[in-house]
Formats: sequence, C-alpha cells, structure tokens
Amino acid sequence: MTNNPTAILDAAARFRREMGDNLHDKLTEAIYNDAGQIAARAVSSGEHSSNKNFGQFFDRIVTSRWFGFPLMILLLTVVFWLTIAGANIPSAMLGELLQGTVYNLLHDFASSLNAPWWLSGFLIDGVYLATAWVVSVMLPPMAIFFPLFTLLEDLGYLPRVAFNLDRLFKRAGAHGKQALTMMMGYGCNAAGVVSTRIIDSPRERLIAIITNNFAICNGRWGTLILIGAIFIGSTAPPALASLIAATSVVAIAILGVIFTLLVSAFLSKTWLKGEASSFSLELPPYRPPQIWQTLYKSIIDRTFIVLKRAVLMAAPAGAVIWLMSNVNIGEASVAAHLVSFLNPFGLLLGLNGVILVAYIVAIPANEIVVPTILMLTLNMAKSGLAQTGVMSGLDDDLQIRQVLTEVGGWTILTGVNLMLFSLLHNPCSTTIWTIWQETKSFKWTTVATLLPVVLGIAVCFLTASVARLTGLI
Amino acid sequence: MSAHAETLNQCGSCASSCHHTAQLTKLGLKIRNWDYTVALAGNPNTGKSTIFNQLTGLHQHVGNWAGKTVTRAEGAFTLNGKKYKLVDLPGTYSLLSTSVDEEIARDFVLFGQPDVTVVVADATRLERNLNLVLQVLEITDRAVVALNLIDEAERNDLTVDERALARDLGVPVVPMAARRGAGVKELLGAIEMVASGQFSARPHRIKYIDQKLETAIETLAEQLRGEFDDLPNARWVALRLLEGDENIINAVETRTLGKVKEAGAFPSLVESEAR
Repeated sequence: MTNNPTAILDAAARFRREMGDNLHDKLTEAIYNDAGQIAARAVSSGEHSSNKNFGQFFDRIVTSRWFGFPLMILLLTVVFWLTIAGANIPSAMLGELLQGTVYNLLHDFASSLNAPWWLSGFLIDGVYLATAWVVSVMLPPMAIFFPLFTLLEDLGYLPRVAFNLDRLFKRAGAHGKQALTMMMGYGCNAAGVVSTRIIDSPRERLIAIITNNFAICNGRWGTLILIGAIFIGSTAPPALASLIAATSVVAIAILGVIFTLLVSAFLSKTWLKGEASSFSLELPPYRPPQIWQTLYKSIIDRTFIVLKRAVLMAAPAGAVIWLMSNVNIGEASVAAHLVSFLNPFGLLLGLNGVILVAYIVAIPANEIVVPTILMLTLNMAKSGLAQTGVMSGLDDDLQIRQVLTEVGGWTILTGVNLMLFSLLHNPCSTTIWTIWQETKSFKWTTVATLLPVVLGIAVCFLTASVARLTGLI
Repeated sequence: MSAHAETLNQCGSCASSCHHTAQLTKLGLKIRNWDYTVALAGNPNTGKSTIFNQLTGLHQHVGNWAGKTVTRAEGAFTLNGKKYKLVDLPGTYSLLSTSVDEEIARDFVLFGQPDVTVVVADATRLERNLNLVLQVLEITDRAVVALNLIDEAERNDLTVDERALARDLGVPVVPMAARRGAGVKELLGAIEMVASGQFSARPHRIKYIDQKLETAIETLAEQLRGEFDDLPNARWVALRLLEGDENIINAVETRTLGKVKEAGAFPSLVESEAR
C-alpha cells in the first residue's frame, strides 16, 4: 500500500461511507459513557446541597417571566443613579482644579516665559484643555460605574440577563449567544465583535457583528450620563434629578436592545436568511464577588485603560481642534467653515454643525465627543468669551449646560437627539478595523459601519420633525 | 497498573516535598526563548484565566461567564530555572464542534503540540467537565488535570476522590481552589514533572464499543503514522478524518499537519459562508 495523503483520505472516505451518519453520535456516546463512569467512581455527594438550592431559588426569580425584565431595568437604573448622583461633586472638583487652577497656572507660566500666543494656544488651549476635559468629565462617572458593573458581572448576573434575552433573540432569528456578545459590547464594541467567535454559524455571527454597535460602549456611557444629567435630569425637581437622568440613560440602553433585535430580525429575514440555531447556555453558579479584586480590576483594567485611550486620543484631537479654530481660510477659520457647512443639515436633525464636526473628529474614539463639542462651541464664539475666562470656569454641570444653551443655542431637543445619535452612529475606527479583521469582507464592514449612521440620521430627523410639528421647540 | 499507581504516588510526594524550594518567577508578557510550552484548556467558567493570572502575574480579565476569552492569551513564568510559556485557550465544552473559539483551542493542542496541556475541570460539575478531559487525553499524553473549585464542591457537600480520578485518567490530578491560590504549588510541581518527562502518563483512552469504528481508526492511524513522522495523536486525526472534518482533511492534503495554526488566521466568514 502506498502511503500518501490521497490514499489516506480515500480510505477515510470509504470507512465513512461504510459506517453511515451516526458516527458522531457513537463517538459522543462513547465519551459520555466513559465520563459518566469515571465521575461516578470519583465523586460522592453528602446530604446538604443547600448552596445550590439557594442559587436555584435566586435563578427562578431573576430569570422568571414576570420579574426578569423589571428586575433588570431596576438594577440598571440603580447603577446609573448611583453613578450620576455620585459623580457630580468629584466632577466639579476635578473641573475646578484642571480647567481652573492648573489652566490658569499654565497660562501664567507661559506668559512669564513670553511664549508666543500660538504656542501657548496650541499647547494649553488645545492639547491640555481637551485632555483636562476628558479627565474631569469621564473619570468620576467611570470610577463609579465600572466597579458597580463589574460587581454585577462577578456575581454572575450577566449570563442571567443573556438567558432572559435569549427568547427575544431567537424570535429575531438570531443566535441566543448574541446576548453574551452584546454584554461584551457594553464594555467595548471591538471586544464585543471579537467575542462573536463563540457563535458557530457564520450567518448568525455576521448579524451579531453588525448589531454589536447598538450596545453602548465605555466611550459612550460618559456622553450619555453627562447629557442625561444636564439636559434631562435638570427638567425635574432637584430631588428627583439624578433619578430622572438615570432613567433617561437606561431608556437609551433599552432602545439599543430594541434596535439590536429589530435589525437582527431585519437581517435574518433579508440578506442573512436562516433559522436560529439552538445552544445550551450555562448559568454559572453565583460566586461571592471578591470586592477588593473587583475594585482593583475595574479601576486599573477598565477605568484607567479607557481613560488612557481617551487621553491619548484627546491630546491630538485638542491639537486638531485648536488648529481648525485658528487657521483661517479667507475670513473665517477652518472649523467655522466646516461648522457652518454642516449646520443646516445638523439643525434639520435636531442637532447642529458643531455636534456633527465633533462626531467626525471623534471617529477614533467616542470618548472625546463631549470635550470636542465644548471646545468647538466655545471657539466658535471665541470673540470675547474665551478671553474673559468662561472657558476656564467650566467646572460643573450647570456651567456646561449654560455654555451649551446660551453660547451653543442648544434646546432639550438637541440634548435628546445627541443621546440618540450617541447610540446610533458609526462604530469607532478600532471597531471598524476589528470588524474587517473578523469578516475580511468589504461589503459587511461597510454595512456594519454605515447602517447605524443611517438609522441615527433617520431617528434624529424623526424626533426633530415631531418636536417641530407639535411645537415643542 | 501497579507500576502506574506508583509513578502517581511519586509525583504526589514530590509535589509536596520538593516544591517548597520551587522558585517561581512570574514573567508576565516576557516570552522569549522558552523551554516548555504549557496550554491551559477547560470548560468555560472553570477558572482558567484565574490560574493563568496566578502563574504569570498578568491581569487577564476574568469573567464569570462563557465567551470572556475567545483568543489565546500568552504569558510566561520561570520555575526552577526553566522558562515556561503559558497559553490560555478559549473555554470549550468539547473539541468536536466547529465554532472559531473551539477551533482555536483544538488546533493549538493538536498542532501546537504543547509540552504540557493543563485541563482545568470544575469539581462541582465533574462529569460534564470530564467530556473535555477525555477528548484532550485522546490528543495528547502530556496532560495534567487541575481539579479546580474544590472549595465550592466542599460547600456543596461534594467529595471528589482525586486519587481515584488520577488512577482512572492516568494523568496527574491536582485539587485546587485557584481563587485562594490553593494548589498552585502542586500544579506547578505536576507541570514540571510532565514537562521534563519525569512523569510518563498512561492516559485513559475512550472505549469505542463499536468494533468497526475501532478497526477503522486503527487502520487510518497506522497509515497516518507512516506518512507523518512522530505524529503523537494519530488516532485523533484518524477520528477527525472519519468525521469528515474539513480543516483536518485540508491539513492532511497539504501536509501541514503538525504546523501551528496561529490564532487570528481564520478562514474569512464569507468564505466559510460559501462552504
């Protein structure tokens, strides 16, 4: 007999035909049989398995048809309420320090050195200020939100959420594991896209990749929390403000889930037709969370890593914004040209030109949307304002709100639509790159990139039109 | 059988006696010129990443749910002067299916031929976890079973006789409570024994009751051994051929069996869609 690959493969094919289709079953059966025997010899169980019963009792509640969803929404609301209520004061303190004291010190130092205006402007009003804003706006909410979220994760709550959502995903023609990849997306969409590898079927995996962007990522929670607090929360009496703000953030998150399901259903009925495959989802045992490790993990691994990325992106973005605002073409700056070019379209969507420019500048990282908006808004109205110290005095939510409404001309519609657009816009460049890496398909990368923006434009246009027609603005 | 049990005992006594002198240095990501490669396999949610972090000093995110690790994470440590590269594989229930995360785990154990494969098993769900252990033992002799979450099993009033288990499986079994760091030393001892070849395993082989299947596997395995020099897992490859596994068929056809398939180099989704 000649031993070459073809001969071996031929022999294999012949055996395969002889043995028929149930080979896989026979094999699985043999493995299970052996495993069962070995386990029976090794394991002996005592009388009490109280712990397990306790877990089962809990599971019946958190995954029940009636309590499952309300409990989920309640928990999320509590998490955001704690975040918003808790972040207020530290945010203001950080703002005062970084945008006030340090900012002024830097300018004093620069003028004592007789630094040229463009150098101190570029470095202090551009690079430094953008970085300072990212830190003061994002650090406090993240430092509260991430440990709370990680705690829920450590307890084993996230797989229960996935379990609750499984039914809905199945009805949408998608894989139940998509609920898990969505949970990953709540941290980072790029990670969420990579985690779709747990889904076997290419069809369902593509659906999960395309819709992952509807899971709000680290970079966007900050925007939502801030805008929710200063535009939605402030419409309520002070005692309820944080709660209402938290509710608005939860509403956006739920809207994200609804969009995930709708788009999944749409894709599985059109371009990616097919049946949902079934799988078994293990509900891991409840494990007592290790508080200190959780704190360490969420502060070092998440808060600082996200913040580092934000700062790394903010510094060059600050430089770009400063250059855009100070390099003139004709009468006006580059930024002014861009903003006034995009403004009509922005206003049509209930947003404005500044927001659209900010979303272009922030393609590398969603984290810098708010600081970019603030800097551009102030630079647009630079004549007088920046020099009189308004820019450095932006150290709490109330002042940010004042700048946006008085200088930027924002209404509550702008706030609401910014939150909607934050949910529905293109993924960041890292995520787009990851989608390309995972699919190696130009077509699907384009779909995954553009579909959310198109949806965002449609939804914002709709809310703006309704608001205008009903005379709300 | 008795000689076999003796080796196990030797291993056990060594693990407890010679290893308080063990010099473990966590090297984090510094992986260059390693002496041994160690793979960490196991069901999702059994504590692979916790063990990985304990040994390397890294802070790979540990998640209490399936799908947290879908790529290979690599780290390193030195033990008694030898340098080990540790590869954390995605958690899988089986090596028989076709999702990308399971392929990564399977291909690494199969083609990467690690010097030691540590299979982490959840002591509270031993029967289900053994399915994967048995499949790994089909591929490689050089395995260690880390019987993790032994503390949780105790709380649930379950007792696992690790000596009986070691006897049945034919490889070292180390009871652990990795979250508390318990059993880490013993695990290192077992890894060292297997890596250095001091411990020679007689791993459990799955009993195929079906005679036709057994004959087919042995015939193909014989041919494979003739074709590919020192293929340690010929029976497993034969089995995959019988199952019509496209990747393995390709690897045989192109004679790339035995070459490491790097994580990240997947057939594109669109390609596999067309398949």
